[in-house]
Amino acid sequence: MTAPLDVSGSAAEAHPEAVLVGAGKAIQGRSLTRIAWMRLRRDKLAMAGGITVILLILVAIFSTPIIAAFGHPPLEFHQDQIDQSTLLPKGAFGAMGGEFLLGIEPVNGRDVFSRIVAGAGISLLIGFLATILSVVIGTTLGVIAGYFGGWVDQLIGRIMDVFLAFPLLVFAIALAGVIPDKGFGLEGNSLRIAMLIFIIGFFSWPYIGRIVRGQTLSLREREFVDAARSLGARNGYILFREILPNLMAPILVYATLLIPTNILFEAGLSFLGVGINPPTPTWGGMLSEAVRFYTLPHFVIFPGLAIFITVLAFNLFGDGLRDAFDPRAH
Amino acid sequence: MLIVVSMVTFGIFFVVPQWAGATPEAMASRYVGRAATPETVHLVAERLGFNDPVVVQYGRFLKGLFTGAEYDYGAGVEQCPAPCFGYSFISGQPVWPDLVDRIPVTFALALGAAFIWVVAGVSVGVVSALRRGSFFDRVAMGTALAGVSLPIFFTGMVSLVVFSYGLGWTPPGGAWTDLSENPAQWAYNLLLPWITLAFLFAAGYARLTRAGMLETMGEDYIRTARAKGMRERDVVVKHGLRAALTPILTLFGIDFGLLIGGAVLTETTYTLPGLGQFAILAIRNQDLPQVMGVVLIAACFVVLANLIVDLLYAWVDPRVRLS
Repeated sequence: MTAPLDVSGSAAEAHPEAVLVGAGKAIQGRSLTRIAWMRLRRDKLAMAGGITVILLILVAIFSTPIIAAFGHPPLEFHQDQIDQSTLLPKGAFGAMGGEFLLGIEPVNGRDVFSRIVAGAGISLLIGFLATILSVVIGTTLGVIAGYFGGWVDQLIGRIMDVFLAFPLLVFAIALAGVIPDKGFGLEGNSLRIAMLIFIIGFFSWPYIGRIVRGQTLSLREREFVDAARSLGARNGYILFREILPNLMAPILVYATLLIPTNILFEAGLSFLGVGINPPTPTWGGMLSEAVRFYTLPHFVIFPGLAIFITVLAFNLFGDGLRDAFDPRAH
Repeated sequence: MLIVVSMVTFGIFFVVPQWAGATPEAMASRYVGRAATPETVHLVAERLGFNDPVVVQYGRFLKGLFTGAEYDYGAGVEQCPAPCFGYSFISGQPVWPDLVDRIPVTFALALGAAFIWVVAGVSVGVVSALRRGSFFDRVAMGTALAGVSLPIFFTGMVSLVVFSYGLGWTPPGGAWTDLSENPAQWAYNLLLPWITLAFLFAAGYARLTRAGMLETMGEDYIRTARAKGMRERDVVVKHGLRAALTPILTLFGIDFGLLIGGAVLTETTYTLPGLGQFAILAIRNQDLPQVMGVVLIAACFVVLANLIVDLLYAWVDPRVRLS
């Protein structure tokens, strides 16, 4: 599972010495994290989503050995398998079988299975890093807006409104379209990946920012913050040691729900041909090539299913996480 | 708001490339094509003012939008009338009239889909909330979860394969008829894109409506309304749904911004001749003035949509006063 949350501290822990008279054994204090984890364990759909996410991450990390064991290199052409007059694979069902698990692409005969496995890495990398970027920006600005209030809050709120009102995809397309081949010390697709992470992360932070701001507003008025302040704690201490730990749960939940959105975003950009450049395999890119060959079901369905399963798994897990931390919200 | 949008657009197309290391000459060379000599490029860079400070360039960009612009090509002065987005690199035609041609397609797609998804999403959500835990609820919520997890270009492609090429119920991709020409054909051609685009959004609305209704139907005033003998239908619609409508409206405001993006993907999948397809073609051709035009139009559209949503707030929630 993801890194264990530390929401312990002042408000979070019950005291174990509060033993009921007559109870057989000492009642154990459970932290909020522990309670949430117990609820999550009982949620079968969420657990299925979580396990799928872990499997996907493992596939992405070990893509090279997996491809070596079950497929052919993702960029390798197999033109001997292609009927040169129709440009379609010779074998039935797109040449699916033991040799090519999910068949081969028309025209150049690349291994669909290997390309999907290789594409997982890029999707997840962009999904995770873009989310981290928007969490960092969103949390920083959200906490500042919620904690300090006044004109700071108004200014940041206005910026968030502007970002939320922007035609996101159109701007991202325009930006991704003007990315040069070289720049910022990077080249080719590594530059494009970096830029995509930046663009997606930079445009989606207000979703996190709004939630963090709202939570901070209510946390600011809580007794433990007053207590810290009356003990002479500085703003920095209150923000980092008192408020931020209590924000971890909502941030984790909404970050989990933002990852699939970002993965869909990257797939959309690659589908439109302004994401990662071919021949590097991406799920969106594979679908965009499939447009011309819609008569071959496997060519459309497998990359589409890959996106669907990934996004669904994250959504299920994120929903479960939200219910576990805040059962009232359901 | 529009000023911010214009600044960002300007920034993307003029400032970012220069940060990334493009010289004024490199900027100008996009305008003159590959065959130009270095002297010509230098001259054009000078004429178009890529050597000027950014603020001056931005001022000129704004002036072009509001009062039109004059381009001095040396051989004569070219007049570009009021909303001047410049000239296409590829065809040499002014960008604005081309854009105007394509607005109705995207508008029809967006409005039709928005209507379907709001009606379908909200009614499914209400029924799901009222029959919580029923078979209908579980199927609807399962479908909704799948709906928010499916990329539109995938559902679009699958629906084309199944309904157009397989069953022959709907027209193939790329079919478009003007509304003025034949309204029935127009609606028939748009049916599949509408439903596909609406499905993606309806799912989210069903989930949100259901959650909102579950919360409001537990409130005291609902019990009061029932206790005073109000008809159940009125309790649900006038008291329950009305209170649950505000967050839905907020989401609608945000989604309308995203919808332009959704339209890009939908139009590409169904090859509809709208703004989205125009944008993609322009980007593939590296046709900067066209790209800029689409981005600005899309942004104006979003600002307008937000204004309408703000007005709707006052209608849905009487506590909001228009000032």
